Order: sequence, then C-alpha cells, then structure tokens
Amino acid sequence: MSVRVRQAKRRFETPGVAIEAIAPAPLIRFRQVGLDIGGRTIIDGVSLDIRGGEVVCVVGPSGCGKTTLLRMIAGFVQPTAGTVTFNGQPTAAPRPDVAIVFQDYGKALLPWRTAAGNVALALEAIGLPKPQRPARIAELLALLGLGGHADKYPAAMSGGMQQRLQIARALAQEPTVLLMDEPFGALDAMTRQHLQDELLRIVTDRGITVFFVTHDLEEAIYLADRVIGLAPNPGRVAREFDIGLARPRDQLATIEHPDFLRLRRALFEFIKAAES
Amino acid sequence: MSGLASRADRARGLCLPLGGLLVAEAAARISGLDSTTLAAPSAIAGAGARAALDGSLFAATAQTLGAAFAGLVIGVVLGLAAGIAFGLVRPLDRLMEVTVELIRPVPPVAIIPILIIVSGLGFRTEVTTVAFACIWPALILSRSAVRGVEPRLIEVSRALRLSPLARIGKIIMPSILPNIVVAVRLSVGFALIVAITVEMTANPVGLGYAMIEAQQALDPALMLAVLLWIGGIGWALNALLLLLAARVMGAAARQAPSP
Repeated sequence: MSVRVRQAKRRFETPGVAIEAIAPAPLIRFRQVGLDIGGRTIIDGVSLDIRGGEVVCVVGPSGCGKTTLLRMIAGFVQPTAGTVTFNGQPTAAPRPDVAIVFQDYGKALLPWRTAAGNVALALEAIGLPKPQRPARIAELLALLGLGGHADKYPAAMSGGMQQRLQIARALAQEPTVLLMDEPFGALDAMTRQHLQDELLRIVTDRGITVFFVTHDLEEAIYLADRVIGLAPNPGRVAREFDIGLARPRDQLATIEHPDFLRLRRALFEFIKAAES
Repeated sequence: MSGLASRADRARGLCLPLGGLLVAEAAARISGLDSTTLAAPSAIAGAGARAALDGSLFAATAQTLGAAFAGLVIGVVLGLAAGIAFGLVRPLDRLMEVTVELIRPVPPVAIIPILIIVSGLGFRTEVTTVAFACIWPALILSRSAVRGVEPRLIEVSRALRLSPLARIGKIIMPSILPNIVVAVRLSVGFALIVAITVEMTANPVGLGYAMIEAQQALDPALMLAVLLWIGGIGWALNALLLLLAARVMGAAARQAPSP
C-alpha cells in the first residue's frame, strides 16, 4: 500500500467534524451508473454523491427508477454499468448499517409477531444477546410513540402505528443510512405530518443519512437538504434542488416560507416537464 | 342458545346409530343368531369389555398408534423438508418434478411387498409404509405454500441479512404454518389407515392383526368390537386435531391482512 493511499485511508476513516474540514468524502456515491434489463435501459448515466448525515429526497414521474436507485444502495440490485459505493466499497449485498423502510408496512411486518417481536427480529438479526433485547425494544417503541402497544399484533394497529413500528425495527439495526421507499404514501395527511416531524427529529438527533423516495413534492421539500429530480426513459438525474430552508422545520412556518413556495413551484414545473 | 341447539343437533345425530343397535340386538335375539360373520351388539360389547379387561386391546392400540405416530412424524418431517427445499430452490424442484410425480401416485400399500423383501415382516415395514403415505401431503402443501410467502418478507429477511436457517425458522415456517396444520390433519387419517392395513398383511401386531386373529378364530364379536374401537380412535384423533388446528389457526387468524 503506498503512503498516499494509506494517508487517504486514514483521513477517510477519521470520524467527526475533521472529515468535513479535510475531505468531504461522500458516504454514498453513484458513478455513471446504468442498468439494462433484457435489452431495456432502466437507468442511464446516474452520478450522485450523498454526504453523511444528509437527507436526500428523490422525486420523478413513475417509471423513472427512483426505487431502483434505492435498491442499488440496499444491495438488492447491481448496476450493469458504473459503480455504486458505500464508504468506498461497492454495494454488493445488504449491509447491517443500512436499513430499509418499505411503503407497504402491512406486508413488511411479521403478522404473527407482536410489535415487540417485530423489533426483536432486527435485534436477533444483528445478534444482540437476548438479555439486552427487552430494554432496546422498549426504548425504540417509546421513541416512536408505541410504548403502550408492545404486545399488540400489527393487524390490531392503525396504518400509522404499523409504519412507526417498521421505522422502529429499521432503527433497531442502528443504521447509518435509512432507505425509505415512499414510506408515508399510504397514510392520511395528519399522520403523515406527524411522522415527517418525528422522522426529522430522530435522524437529526442520530446523524442518520436518509435516502427518501417520494411522489409528494411538498414532502420532499419539507424533509430534504437536497431534492433529486429524475426524468424517465431511461431513468436519469435531470435536476438537483438545494433546499436551504432552516432547521428544525415546522409544518406551518416552513411551508409558508417564500423559499418553500418558490421551490414548490420549481419542482412542480420540473415534474410537469419531465412527465410530458 | 347455540349451545342448546348444538346439543340437540348432536342428540339427533345419535338417534340413528342407537336405533340401529336396538334393531340389530332385537333381530339377533329373535332369529337366535349363531353366525361366524355377525354378532349381537351385546355380544360385541362383551367381547370388547373382555379384551379391554385383559389388556390386549390397549396393548394392540399402543402398538398401532405407536407405529402410526412414528411413521407420521418421519413422513411429515421428510415431506416438509423436501417441500421447503423444492419451494425455495427452483432448479431443484424442476430436477425432482418428474420423479415426484411418478412416485406420488403409487398407493402406499403397494410398496408393502417391496418392503417385506427389504426389511421383513415387522415394525420397520409398518413405519416405513406409513411414512411413505404421509410424505406427500406435507411435501405438496408446503412446496406451494413456500412459493406463496409474501415476497416483501423475503426482502426484509435479506435486508436484515438473516442466515438461510434463520430465514426458514423466522419467516418461512410461521408463514406456512396453516398449511402444515392441514397437511398433518390429512396425514393422520392416512397414517391410521395404512398402519392397520400393514398390520393385517405384514406386521402381526396391533389392532389390524387383532382383527385378523379374531376373524381366524371365528370370533365375529371380538372382530366387530375391535372395528368399533378403531372407529372410536379415528373419531377421537380427529377431534384432537380440530382442537389443535383451532389453536394454531387462532394464531394464524392474527395474520388477517391489514389495510
């Protein structure tokens, strides 16, 4: 190993603020990523850097490959061109520090396990010793406002509660990255707003990087540091929007802010153009 | 209300067999029955009571149920293992498909002659034949159930990096549990039928042989007593399984699809 590489490596591994100051190395990096399936090009030439702690939302018309990009980070799908790297390593397989929250909570939870049991699944998966599980489960359920529902089965819970449970299970992995595939798409407006605020509170507290796929443009602006606009046929990055809105965000003040309205207009016009 | 109604229904259901017994008893008395094929209900009851008192009936029952249960467990476990493997690994399933479909239609009792040559007359032959009969429901039902497991749950298990064994234990087995219960219920019926058949032909113990023995001793009362006893065992096993199924399905009922 050459001295330069070793130095670069050490610098890369230096935790905390120093890394930002010396080298803002991206946590997740797409480089000229393409995906062909059966002669059809699904994704073409996507290059994208996501920094640690960033909240990135991805929007775009259906069929533009939003979920495919997410699945590439998850290690479920391998690109046929270019590379997707996580901390410099190719995302060849699922990793313990990358957690996924699916839209269809009803299918993603184990119906034969209670809320506590569903969180336990993730703890069993990371090999946490049994005596340490109950405390972690209680803590996670409390964090998501499910403290009194540990013994309920998913079928006895509302959609919002089920999605909270899925988020609690994802957090049980202690992820550095949270991949969320339209997680609030099936929820009613009030529940969605509550969950948006709770998600921001949790990921800010813990410095979790978020890759959030959504078709709700206002949700994207409200949550994100950066919104990636994709265009279809084939899926590619068409535009990036830097969201400079102050944090913590607020369902009234943020949404009524002139910058929010300006971004909203820009995103709507972008989507309209992308769809036509 | 419903309790009373169902009790009345059950009482009505008993009318026919009890009436039949009375008619048979009366007919036997009037005609002065002295047959090598039939016996009066009172004579049957007497023979049954004697067999119960000298312990031979329960010894035979233990032999039959022991062999049936051993074969059931072996068959269901093998069937489940194969069914889950075939359901999970498509190439394996395609490889085995023709073989399975060729062997499956063979009536279990048709392999008795082969087994007698291989393992002689005895317990091994009985257990093997029962196991052979019990493999298929477990195999077929679990194979299709594994393919029906929610793909999202498989993805969750991949994302959590569960080992293949943990995936089977924590995701697949609970998912297909209702089908396993159905397979066991089907197999219990087969197990009893096949066990008694083998005892009549290849393993001279148990209830099947007790009937043959009574027949050869020209003792129709004892023969019919054993027959009724076998019917009672079948009924009791089914009731037990319904209870068990209600339990397991109670857990499965919580799997009701959510919004």
